[in-house]
Amino acid sequence: MMTFAPYFLILPLAAFAIQIFFGKRLPRKGDWVSITAVGTTLCLAIAMFVMMLFLYEPGAKAEQSFEWFNLGELSVKIGVLIDNVTVIMLLVVALVSGLVHLYSVGYMKDDPRYSRYFGYLSLFTFSMNGIILSNNLLSIYMFWELVGLSSYLLIGFWFEKDSAANASKKAFLVNRVGDIGMFIGIMLFFTATGSFLFSDIFAGVAAGALPLPLLTVAGLCLFAGAIGKSAQVPLHVWLPDAMEGPTPVSALIHAATMVAAGVYLTFRMFPLFTPEALTVIAYVGGVTAIFAAIIAVTQNDIKRVLAYSTVSQLGYMVMAIGTGAYVAGFFHLTTHAAFKAALFLCSGSVIHAMHHAYHKLGDHDSDPQDMRNMGGMKSKMKITFLTMFMATLALSGVPFMSGFLSKDAILAGTLSFATHHPEHFLLPLFGFGAALLTAFYMFRLIFMTFYGKPAKQEVLDNIHESPATMTTPLIVLATLSIFIVYTLPYINPFSDHGWFTDLIVATNSVVPQHVNPSAHEIAEGIHHAHLPAMIISLIVAFTGIALAVVIYLKKKFSAEKLAKNLALPYKLSFNKFFVDEIYDRFLINPTIKLAKAVGFFDWEIYDKYFINGFGRITERLSRFIGITMDYDVLDQQIVDGVGKSTRFFGGALKFIQTGKIQNYLVWVLGGIIIIFIIQAM
Amino acid sequence: MNDLNIYLTVGAILFSLGLYGVITRRNGVAVLMGVELILNSANVNFVAFARFGGMNLSGHIFAMFVIILAAAEAAVALAIIINLYNKFGTVNVDDARSLKQ
Repeated sequence: MMTFAPYFLILPLAAFAIQIFFGKRLPRKGDWVSITAVGTTLCLAIAMFVMMLFLYEPGAKAEQSFEWFNLGELSVKIGVLIDNVTVIMLLVVALVSGLVHLYSVGYMKDDPRYSRYFGYLSLFTFSMNGIILSNNLLSIYMFWELVGLSSYLLIGFWFEKDSAANASKKAFLVNRVGDIGMFIGIMLFFTATGSFLFSDIFAGVAAGALPLPLLTVAGLCLFAGAIGKSAQVPLHVWLPDAMEGPTPVSALIHAATMVAAGVYLTFRMFPLFTPEALTVIAYVGGVTAIFAAIIAVTQNDIKRVLAYSTVSQLGYMVMAIGTGAYVAGFFHLTTHAAFKAALFLCSGSVIHAMHHAYHKLGDHDSDPQDMRNMGGMKSKMKITFLTMFMATLALSGVPFMSGFLSKDAILAGTLSFATHHPEHFLLPLFGFGAALLTAFYMFRLIFMTFYGKPAKQEVLDNIHESPATMTTPLIVLATLSIFIVYTLPYINPFSDHGWFTDLIVATNSVVPQHVNPSAHEIAEGIHHAHLPAMIISLIVAFTGIALAVVIYLKKKFSAEKLAKNLALPYKLSFNKFFVDEIYDRFLINPTIKLAKAVGFFDWEIYDKYFINGFGRITERLSRFIGITMDYDVLDQQIVDGVGKSTRFFGGALKFIQTGKIQNYLVWVLGGIIIIFIIQAM
Repeated sequence: MNDLNIYLTVGAILFSLGLYGVITRRNGVAVLMGVELILNSANVNFVAFARFGGMNLSGHIFAMFVIILAAAEAAVALAIIINLYNKFGTVNVDDARSLKQ
């Protein structure tokens, strides 16, 4: 397996370099370069996956480290770690990335920066594979920043739009906040254990390299990186804005893979978290899950609904890891990657169709992403509708779909956690509440988009199904949201037992004197909580769906009236709890004001008086030295004096140079006579 | 005044005459003649020292060398004067003043 690892990095990186430097001159603008590179990594990932299935060994692990550099006594090692988690992540990334590449051929067809787009996608694939393959925090951090960079480049891909340019800046800056925490965390672990390698850090922590309070802090610092990257409250604000990027990018980076990197990091570092840190993580995840779900209910932009849904689902995963339902969190990451990518690509297909319809009608003002402009598209876009419906079922947690199993496992985890720690009863409430809202807003989206009457009949008349390069990825991803994919060789739609749960096993904490239950105890607890969790989650899911049916399909209640009756909650949700406004008022504006005040001081006082005064003194001094001393005295008197005197003596003495040898001889004679006279004296 | 001084006086007069000729003559050949006089004044001294100063045979041999050297010198010097004539069309050393800047 180790021999495959370099190709996951080399191929996409090479594709990126080729695309950036030669992309425009290649035939078809070079999209085949990126697709070949990612396609090859997909083949390798599938090969590794098949090898993993044949091996069927939960503890399978291959690791190779080498010294990157050393500074005196300090030796920094980096390397590659491949275990079952790595293989599954590689497959998820390669698959979604490959499908998104294929989809983009259709979606980005006439874009002027087509080749650059594919180059950026390859750069992202390279960096994401780097995160997955790393066995140390240092290279994870480097690739972490690289995915951030590619995310920035792709969000702002249409940088002519101000909103896109601002969104990319926002994403970068918000992520920076989390990354600083992560960097501090990494350095805390490095100073304590002297290594960046996971294995060394785990061993060091198990040996008590960090006192417990510091370990909690270090773990939470590391988790701050995940808060930023996985868009957890309070750093979730960048993800919905990131939807300004092209929709396939939203599917790949902002739904399936990059945002899952935070969850992946938390997952990898799980053994390091103290019980206190895990509690914080669980609450961050739980609050994020319910918070984003509430916002998603009232959004009208199809991609924003999905974006908040992504935030909410990421919250689920983080909450699962926080409550110790470690496998469930990773399971949800995998299933979510498939069906959320499907949802985004479907929404892209819808937006693409809407855009073309508006384009044909000459309407450039209407928003092709606003669900209020859609409706009745079911008959026109059959493949998109069916695949989106399947993915929606999966996300809503309906049986026979993958999302049901993974979400159920998470809810069972929180329920079991709350039975052991009754004071944390809020966590399962958050979980089930979010599940109810998820089912509701997803069906709201489906009904508003595909059912009912369109806002304008002529728009609907011009809607066409997307080309095959776009629908094929939809079909593949929708197929992957069926439960059976994850439970083989067992076929039981109500149990997640299968290759996934066999191959991914929870690891025990390495925190010294920990009071957390062991991995085995957690698994037992989840097993017991499985049935009640499943019943409750089924009830809430179907309640949510039923509510959506009543309000948006049958129109028994008017959504507008409901919004009026519930004015306050509606406004809070519609305006995203004013988080952006709060940040603007309490963080951004004070920062700008402070910057302006400091700038004023700097310019008006420091610069004008101190710096300019210093300049003036220097000027005077140099004028004195330059003109008085240097020119008048040194130059005029001394330097010119040497020249003048030389010239004077030269002029005086040139007359003895007659050119007559005999004259010279007379001088010689005179000289000799003088010498004789001196001798005689 | 002993015998040596007489010879030295003759040598000195001869040297002075030669030097005078070298310095004052305008004709290059005449300058050469002056040089010959200087050389021969040296010869007189050598021979005088050989006879009275204890230099013995060395003085004679030096004198012989100087005579041969003078012959060679005359040949080279006359070649220089011929070149001088080719270059300036005269043997007057005053006209050969290209050393002046």
